[in-house]
Amino acid sequence: MNNQHNNNQSMISWMLESILKFFKRFAQRIYHICKKIVCGIVDWFVNFYQRFFKASIPSKISHLVMGYGNLARKQIVKGLLYLFIEIGFLFVMITSPIINSTPIGFKALINFITLGTLEGDIFNPTDNSMLMLLFGVVTLGIISVFFATYFSNIKSSVHLDDVLKSGKKVATFKEDLADLLDSRFHITMLTPAIIGIVTFTLLPTIFMILIAFTNFDSQHPAGQVLFDWVGFQNFKNIFDGQSEISVRFLPVLSWTMIWAFFATFSCYIAGILLALLINKKTIKGKKLWRTVFIMTIAIPQFISLLAVRSILSEYGPINNLLMTVGLVSEPVKFLGTATSVLTARITVIVINLWVGIPFTMLMTSGILMNVPADLYEAATIDGANKRQAFMNITMPYIVFITTPYLITSFVGNITSFNIIYLLTGGAPTVSGGYKAGSTDLLVTWLYKLTIDENEYNVGSVIAILTFILTATGTLIAYRKSKAYKEEETFQ
Amino acid sequence: MMKNTTVNAPKFQSVKKTERRSTIIGYITLAVMSIIWLYPIVWIILNAFRTEFNDQGQLIGIVVSNYIPKAFGFDNFTNLFNTTNFPKWFMNTLFVATFSFIISTFMTLSVAYVMSKLKFNSRKKFLNVALILGLFPGFMSIIAIYYILKAMNLTQTLFALILVYSAGSGLGFYVAKGFFDIIPNSLLESARLDGATNFQIFLKIILPISKPIMIYTALLSFTGPWMDFIFARVILGETNSEIHTVAVGLYTMLYGSQSTVDPNRFTMFAAGSVIVAIPIVALFLSMQKYYIEGVTSGAVKG
Repeated sequence: MNNQHNNNQSMISWMLESILKFFKRFAQRIYHICKKIVCGIVDWFVNFYQRFFKASIPSKISHLVMGYGNLARKQIVKGLLYLFIEIGFLFVMITSPIINSTPIGFKALINFITLGTLEGDIFNPTDNSMLMLLFGVVTLGIISVFFATYFSNIKSSVHLDDVLKSGKKVATFKEDLADLLDSRFHITMLTPAIIGIVTFTLLPTIFMILIAFTNFDSQHPAGQVLFDWVGFQNFKNIFDGQSEISVRFLPVLSWTMIWAFFATFSCYIAGILLALLINKKTIKGKKLWRTVFIMTIAIPQFISLLAVRSILSEYGPINNLLMTVGLVSEPVKFLGTATSVLTARITVIVINLWVGIPFTMLMTSGILMNVPADLYEAATIDGANKRQAFMNITMPYIVFITTPYLITSFVGNITSFNIIYLLTGGAPTVSGGYKAGSTDLLVTWLYKLTIDENEYNVGSVIAILTFILTATGTLIAYRKSKAYKEEETFQ
Repeated sequence: MMKNTTVNAPKFQSVKKTERRSTIIGYITLAVMSIIWLYPIVWIILNAFRTEFNDQGQLIGIVVSNYIPKAFGFDNFTNLFNTTNFPKWFMNTLFVATFSFIISTFMTLSVAYVMSKLKFNSRKKFLNVALILGLFPGFMSIIAIYYILKAMNLTQTLFALILVYSAGSGLGFYVAKGFFDIIPNSLLESARLDGATNFQIFLKIILPISKPIMIYTALLSFTGPWMDFIFARVILGETNSEIHTVAVGLYTMLYGSQSTVDPNRFTMFAAGSVIVAIPIVALFLSMQKYYIEGVTSGAVKG
């Protein structure tokens, strides 16, 4: 008794110690990062200042008139490009052209802070807070692109100083263009991709993150009622434990985690077993079996899942079968609003097996063929039988090498949209559930809230929380994966 | 039980017997699983050709419990072609898929090549930003994308859909990058010594040997538009069925615009599904080798 008490005590102190250690390390890391950032900023300013004083006259003028350094050294086209960018930028910023009755440019920055002030009446339309927010972000984006060009202009001019000093020839425009296909090929290749990512991924993501800090919801439709910044109010609402949304948040979150856990591990285990079965030496027609399962991957999910849904419906063939066999006396409601919560949840997890097993089978098939042969040889020399070889070699190897996949598929299941949306649509519904049914995952809930209900701010908060969940998982997987560790060794 | 397979008593006969028995069990398991996995597909096909009429002589389109339809015919297909814009949807999807697969494949491969084989300052930074951006739920930003497109006057056009599908492809370079990482640098170095530019290396060395990954990327980006109904539905809207893709069209046909099911259109939906699924499945199966290669390389590398 006493002994155990002591044990407990040492256990607790050990835990406390390790927690303290963790926080200490965490604080140290934060400190180092902050130091690095501050030092970096100071260094940057010092460098900028020094460079300015060392630079030649044309380069100094380049700080004010972009492209002057290039023009003075007869790089006409490049210099004019810089100059036009500067003029264009200043023109947009000062005149603030109006698109969709909302200005972009300097005025957009003010609107970005106020999110509109004009309450509409019969003659004047209300300010569109949503567009003002969007254009604010766009303007900030334009400003940062401009500054990037500005610094590249200075760099280019200073570089010309050096070239002239060392007595080399200034590159012609033609040579610059040729450079874009060789030493600066990465710029040519990345530009279209970056433009695409910035416009259709980065910009919308920033915009939606900002929405989480406003009261943009169904009560404040854009262009009809103004909305405003509310700080962390939406986050508080979700966690206060009283508002309608916070009452539903924890249940949805926990079901999401339960779903992700069962969906991941059931498919993982069953998929590996199937792969082992197909790869068995005595089984013939491996390619045929594999093709059968690949076929289900190939069929668009909106087709296959809706088919499964109708097969399981009240008057579908499965219920018919169950009734003829005599297992049930009336149709089982597998999915749909009148279903019990447990039935619906088990059904979606089981149907997910149908979707997920082929994937895992494909993944692990490749791995199984690559189990290092010398491992087996060593084991047989040591006198291991087949089962032992499997339990001690194949299994640990598979588990070891598929751990990143396991984590990625867990993360994938947290955000798996199609299965829930197409099978149940979140049903069975929960009264007063803030639109969240009992099988709704965070992502399907978020979709309903934004697309169907226009509760954009709440949707954004949920998206951010989902992101935190998935990001943590993915970062762990990424750091564990061979790809990350060997990233440099490959090079 | 005849389980005499322990190391101590390896009777040859019984080992062979259990071996054979486990093989038979294996075949049975595989057969049963194949039936379960293929059943929904068979069922959709049967329903597509189902031609049963009610007392008023109207085609019954709802789900019925028969395992095998009482009569077969092409009525669902003719109905689909006559009462909906299905041929238009099909051509729309083909159009969108073709363009977005050309653009996406090119973008993905070029980003992957740059990230894998070229050295430049902000390379690591770009990799990390791409990784983090890829983690935001895609349709979280769909509203913002919708309004950006609206500001560009592009909503309800197929062009917008092509833009959206191919714009994100710059982020999906990880699998292709893993492929390029394995290409030995010495190959590129020797070409560089011979005076080849990076562009020439990409065009004449990298592209020819990256056929598997090119096909994998192309396959995924070509089939994507046939499967997606989330982005497409928001961007194209539900009202104008002229510009729908097959996924949006069939889904809206079945669910109406108020997300209430029109159960009598199920067999028509099945008919459309068959037409959509045949080319995609054929494509997948013929490119199986490349698909498996791409998927598994992604799994092992994480």
